Amino acid sequence: MTTAPTIERVTSGIGTSPVRPDGVLKLRGRFAYASDMHIDGMLWGATLRSPFAHAKIIRLDIGPALAMAGVHAVLTQEDVPGKLNFGQAVQDQPVLADGETQFWGEPIAIVAADDLKTAQRAVAAIDIEYEELEPLVDSELADTLDSVTCRPRIRRGDPDASGEIVVEGYYEVGQQDQAPLGNEAGVAIPDGEGGVDLHATTQWVHEDHAQIYPCLGLAPEQVRCHPVGMGGAFGAREDMSMHIHLCMLALATGRPVKMMFDRAEGFVGHVHRHPAKMWFRHEANRDGKLVKVEAKIILDGGPYRATSDVVTWNAAYFSVGPYVCDNVFVDAVAARTNNPPAGAMRGFGCVQSAFAFETQMDRLAAELQLDPLQLRRLNALEAGQPNSTTGQIIVGSLPTTRVLDELASMPLPPEATSDDPRHFPGGTGLTTTGADIKRGVGYGVTIKNLAFSEGFDDYADVRVVLNDTGVEVHTAAIEVGQGLVTVLQQIARSVLGIEQVNVVSNDTSRIGSAGSTSASRQTQMTGGGAYHAATALREEILERLGGDDLTNEGVWSEGSLVATLPEVVAAGPWEHEIRFRHPETFPPDENGQGDMHAGFAVAAHRAVVDVDQELGLVRVVQIDTVQDVGRVLNPDAAVGQIEGGTMQGVGLAVLEELVLDRGRIVNSNFTDYLLPTFLDAPHIEVRFVEEPDHWGPFGAKGIGEPPTISATPAVVGAIRDATGRALTRVPVLPQDIALG
Amino acid sequence: MEFSRPASTEEAAAIKAADPGATILAGGTDLMVEVNFGHASPDHVIGLRRVDDLADYQDTRIGAGVTWARLEECSHRALAQAARTVGSPQIRAAGTIGGNIGTASPAGDGLPWLAAAEAEIEVYSTTRGTRLVSWDQFFTGVKQNALADDEVITAAVLPENVPSVQEFAKIGQRSAMVISTVSACVMRDDEGSIRVALGAVAPTPIRVRQAEALVSGQSNPSEALLEEFARTVSAEVKPITDHRSTEAYRRHASGVLARRLLERCLAQ
Repeated sequence: MTTAPTIERVTSGIGTSPVRPDGVLKLRGRFAYASDMHIDGMLWGATLRSPFAHAKIIRLDIGPALAMAGVHAVLTQEDVPGKLNFGQAVQDQPVLADGETQFWGEPIAIVAADDLKTAQRAVAAIDIEYEELEPLVDSELADTLDSVTCRPRIRRGDPDASGEIVVEGYYEVGQQDQAPLGNEAGVAIPDGEGGVDLHATTQWVHEDHAQIYPCLGLAPEQVRCHPVGMGGAFGAREDMSMHIHLCMLALATGRPVKMMFDRAEGFVGHVHRHPAKMWFRHEANRDGKLVKVEAKIILDGGPYRATSDVVTWNAAYFSVGPYVCDNVFVDAVAARTNNPPAGAMRGFGCVQSAFAFETQMDRLAAELQLDPLQLRRLNALEAGQPNSTTGQIIVGSLPTTRVLDELASMPLPPEATSDDPRHFPGGTGLTTTGADIKRGVGYGVTIKNLAFSEGFDDYADVRVVLNDTGVEVHTAAIEVGQGLVTVLQQIARSVLGIEQVNVVSNDTSRIGSAGSTSASRQTQMTGGGAYHAATALREEILERLGGDDLTNEGVWSEGSLVATLPEVVAAGPWEHEIRFRHPETFPPDENGQGDMHAGFAVAAHRAVVDVDQELGLVRVVQIDTVQDVGRVLNPDAAVGQIEGGTMQGVGLAVLEELVLDRGRIVNSNFTDYLLPTFLDAPHIEVRFVEEPDHWGPFGAKGIGEPPTISATPAVVGAIRDATGRALTRVPVLPQDIALG
Repeated sequence: MEFSRPASTEEAAAIKAADPGATILAGGTDLMVEVNFGHASPDHVIGLRRVDDLADYQDTRIGAGVTWARLEECSHRALAQAARTVGSPQIRAAGTIGGNIGTASPAGDGLPWLAAAEAEIEVYSTTRGTRLVSWDQFFTGVKQNALADDEVITAAVLPENVPSVQEFAKIGQRSAMVISTVSACVMRDDEGSIRVALGAVAPTPIRVRQAEALVSGQSNPSEALLEEFARTVSAEVKPITDHRSTEAYRRHASGVLARRLLERCLAQ
């Protein structure tokens, strides 16, 4: 009988915050991001993009571009070697536009040339004529016209149920961009045998691979997708951008080809968060208990499906929040329009719904003259109860009430946090000396599903190896900056008792899929895989060498060292590979009911804001947040995720929106797409509630998404508290506050 | 692309006269944005960084090459306040007041102060020598000015009696590093005359003369007069709606901001 691994045996195991293996390199500017890649003899690619949201291509002549010195290839839809369309669940997006363009910036032709300038000049030299068509840019009209990709529908309980209090509202969420600092970039390298190696920004190399090789008309083994250094993703890289184009150009020229989007092209080249229009009706009794929630949710997916259907289902599944309600009726729509393509972004549908349902909860609390947190506590959904929308009994932990109580116990900031005018609303603009400021407090609470849902075969392949370099954890999971490589090291250290752990990032030919770095899932999925593979490897080692414990020193038996670590290694090879799956999930029935989700987490935010109402300027002073994390594996990384997620929610609340004009983005730059600066960042206090979950490693839950979801309604609620304005649309703009 | 690096104002003007289509580069904080967005692809750039005398700062003559970082420390209180609102520290270390004048953006952060101070823009050409153009003659439209093709901007020249009571404020949607939605500068001279200049609410920086007349000489205006002042400012500005804000908000905020700055000046 072997002893359980004792996690205290290693110094940098779980529960600690060791130095990240990529941390020093990144701080010193020496980390190789995708945009840094260079190969001698490589060509540069550039893309001709539609200047209209909707247009017919009347004439397309690549001749003038092809005739230019230094231009090696100009390719159009006619040159796509295999399948003409790509996409995740459904392949409905043309690799290059086929006669008609469906969104502003849609790729029409691609060029490879000796250098970037030549490639850009060649793009400009392509002779093309368009006939502009009327773009469909109103998602509500798209719903009316039945231009939709799916209509999720939830029917639970009694449609005739009614409450004593009714609160009804219409809400909008503008289009947020993931705005990762690292732009899209990649290099494709022909292998000389008709195949290609692709190194490009991504969140999931195996999904890219599955979509790329059919479009290239190649066998799966002829295409290899490699992880690259990522400067963020937040969902933007779950759908492909330049990937197939790079491979086409590399195969057509026989040379390595690099593409690198600048900031403006990045805003056009990746998918964004779905803008939303939402009607919500809440009915409750005078005691504060929810009786019925009805909602209509329209998400604008742009012209292609991408992940729209799943995002829209998610918006429906989490349209009530972590609250008990027996009667729920939701109609959601993924509208198909000529607006910029929407896809995955941190929060994945829940962000939109949470802004609406949390505003509704605030309004209900006001009607009932209840403290907003008290109303939420009265309705708190806990483990063992059915989720209000789907009827799924919540398995695992869901400490909603504990999270709310912990938040309530956190101290409020002092009345005047600063006498530095830069910390007043308006900041360095010196718009106020302080006399015009009113303070407000608001709350946001959310529930989020963890990992993939709805019967998707969600797995992560992990191989753990012990050799003379120490332990290796092999995975194709993508580190996007969130700290996965660190937490995988920590898990392997704690299980195996061995300090030296390297994470080996594999391409698609060397290991199976790790699934996407999204859905808050990698700590649980690839981390779970690492946990189970390392545990199995430890068992094998102890069994073969007759020991009962493994440490940095080697194998022990009844307190005596029976084999030193070098002796253990020499007795190898030691390798264990597993395919880790979370508990099975199922697709919804016709009423949107069933066990669709593998697990859940709750997060709650309290925002304190100072508002200069006359000018409509807001300073978010402090955010206190409590998150249900299962178990904290790396406290610093967890705080980092929660602070970063919170800031993305703050950005959506008061700053971030892609401004559209007939489907064209008019602010595709960091001058006008405003992200919060450090001066806009509030002080953030983070607390964890640790109630181990049923399947994550050591009971851990994913933590990436929830903070983004509940931060936004908390900030807007606080602005409402200060101003009395209704504020039914985010981002809240100065004119919304000043002029009402 | 040709790149010239003159060592003196005369040399710079001579190069410009020889190639009137050449583009002047000072800090590059406006020009490089245009280049990066593909809106400008100059054939000939004249870099001014080596022209030392352009970077000379005096209280009554601010060289065109003086950076925002330097102006943050200058003795003109409201100009220093305006300088602090320009971009990031890196931008302020590179960008110059001459660039702000040359670009002539309605949102130029230094321009309301120049308007309130009644600055003259000093320009130089090899054929005509030095010429002074008053600020309201110099700024002629959105990103348009009275600079001739053979001229370079050499300085902002100020009257001896720029009021020392002066306040600047700027509205942007975030706390720093943001393009102005509305900016304003108010000055009060020793006789109690009030000057009110605003930016980003008209094609050029503007003075609101009717509003100024209402409150000039009033050391303790009534609440009613202050409200009328704000309303008059709102009526006098000529803002537009664009992706950064709306006409209605800019009008409203112009009045609020001008009133607040007036009250700050009166309290001094």
